[in-house]
Amino acid sequence: MGIRPIGQRRHLIGYLIISPWIAGFALFTAFPMIYSLFLSFTKYDLLGPPEFVGFSNFERMVSDHLFLTALGNTAFYTLLAVPVQLLLALFMALLLNQKLRGINVFRTALYLPTVTPTVAFVVLFVYMYNPEFGIFNAILGWFGIPKQGWLTDPNLAKPAFIIMSLWHVGGQMVIFLAGLQAVPETLVEAASIDGAGKLLRFWHVTVPMISPVIFFNLVLGIIGSFQVFASAYIATNGGPKHATLFYVLWMYRHAFENFRMGYAATLGWVLLGVILVFTLIQFAVSRRWVYYEGEGT
Amino acid sequence: MRRISQISFQAADASTRQRTLRAYVWIVFGRLFGYAALLLVAVISLLPLAWMVSTSLKAFGREFPFPPQWIPNPVVFGNYLTAFETSNLARYFGNTLMISVLATLGTVISSSLVAFGFARLEFFGKRVLFIILLSTLMLPVIVTLVPTFVLFKTLGWIDTPLPLIVPWWFGGGAFGGAFFVFLIRQFMLQLPRELDEAALVDGASYFRIYWRIMLPLSKPALAASAIFSFIHHWNDFLNPLTFLNSEEWRTLALYLRFFLYTEAGGGAGLTRWNLMMAASVVMLVPVLVIFFSAQRYFIRGVALTGIAGR
Repeated sequence: MGIRPIGQRRHLIGYLIISPWIAGFALFTAFPMIYSLFLSFTKYDLLGPPEFVGFSNFERMVSDHLFLTALGNTAFYTLLAVPVQLLLALFMALLLNQKLRGINVFRTALYLPTVTPTVAFVVLFVYMYNPEFGIFNAILGWFGIPKQGWLTDPNLAKPAFIIMSLWHVGGQMVIFLAGLQAVPETLVEAASIDGAGKLLRFWHVTVPMISPVIFFNLVLGIIGSFQVFASAYIATNGGPKHATLFYVLWMYRHAFENFRMGYAATLGWVLLGVILVFTLIQFAVSRRWVYYEGEGT
Repeated sequence: MRRISQISFQAADASTRQRTLRAYVWIVFGRLFGYAALLLVAVISLLPLAWMVSTSLKAFGREFPFPPQWIPNPVVFGNYLTAFETSNLARYFGNTLMISVLATLGTVISSSLVAFGFARLEFFGKRVLFIILLSTLMLPVIVTLVPTFVLFKTLGWIDTPLPLIVPWWFGGGAFGGAFFVFLIRQFMLQLPRELDEAALVDGASYFRIYWRIMLPLSKPALAASAIFSFIHHWNDFLNPLTFLNSEEWRTLALYLRFFLYTEAGGGAGLTRWNLMMAASVVMLVPVLVIFFSAQRYFIRGVALTGIAGR
């Protein structure tokens, strides 16, 4: 053992300290990804060894009529749910950004549903969506609207899930709120001295200032929505008429109900590709509308 | 508040007095409107949970009165007893608690160490490694679920709680756990550098700096991580569903789903929604207790990760 140069020792210590992550990343992320890529070219039912089948999983996927159904359902859900969620979260954050007494109580009230366990929440909504006696139809009844089969009507099932998801936007709301509170007051006041009204100030000062936060919520919201699973698995199991057969649910069935691990691995990689494309597009478009302080416009 | 005082200060000028009055009216009006809007949103926000609690106290067969009944008549507290007596609810509660606590412990300990490395040490390739770490946040969990299932099956871990606990002791290397490393690192970056530099000069080892200086100072971030982690594991459905199948290790989330498909799904006459909701409330209570007791950490924690989006 000689004396190690200080620089080299420092590198070693650094790696030692982060070694749990390196090991975890190798074991539970990198290796599974590579293994999954390998599996996607095989037929594997967990009983026998994986059997190499070339590109046939991909061919099968393209000709699978449920592929487009599942992808379409998921895209429909995502493209509708995420904007509505973000608008609602921003609206609630704006309400919470007022300087009012007792605002903390309201913040708690608005955030609370978000920590409710998904399963408990979905089960509750199944009960509330009950076509005969559910509270949703009772409320509609007050306005003279006839009873709806929320989870049994193929046209309503996806909107029913979107409505349900609106009670879980607390995370986005708090992030918006933090963004709003970071907007320098001097900027807003300067605009107001220049004679800008509330709406104008909001649109030309607040929105550009919080655009990085909007972008953050948008990117993560889309990634999250593409993985919608538990609600559909529990409430409708993909029905009625495949209306809520979302991509991850469909993939999950292949993997863990039919044990087509090879095919499921293929579907996983395709999902990853789709999400990646969506994310890259957003990053490219973001240059046009996201304003980062210190970069200039 | 500030604006009002500013305006009243300006009111010394007589010509603007009328304008000031109008401004006051607008401010009062705006506040009233603000409260009204908040109240409405808060009521809608809490309505489903109120309905859950209300139903859990209703008598069997009276869960669907028309018109909807908010205050049950009679109030049946016995539903909770029945929910525990007619199932192994206590065991599922214990299972979920054990898994959540052990996974959370691993998350906080290992993630804070890794976060310290990324926040405070300089080593070759740190930037690249950190970008890799961040990119795993965007990786859909389902993609690694299939191959990790094969891995755990080979290890003989299926139907044991190990797959739900062990990966969380690896510094955020698995299943999107990098979130916690990120959160704690963001916090550690704000701490003054002089602290560890002084300790280094005094001859303290890096591990000692982590344990004795950084950890105590990072308490708010650790608390936020612990709360997030606990609630995440407590509420998790996908992983228990995949890795557990016998009744022995069933978690509350699995039980609720099981309940829905067996008892509640057994035809309109057999639906025991009151018990179902009682079990849901039982699952909700620990989350609420944690949320209310540590709210300030919680909301700061969310904000901390979001600010980083800038």
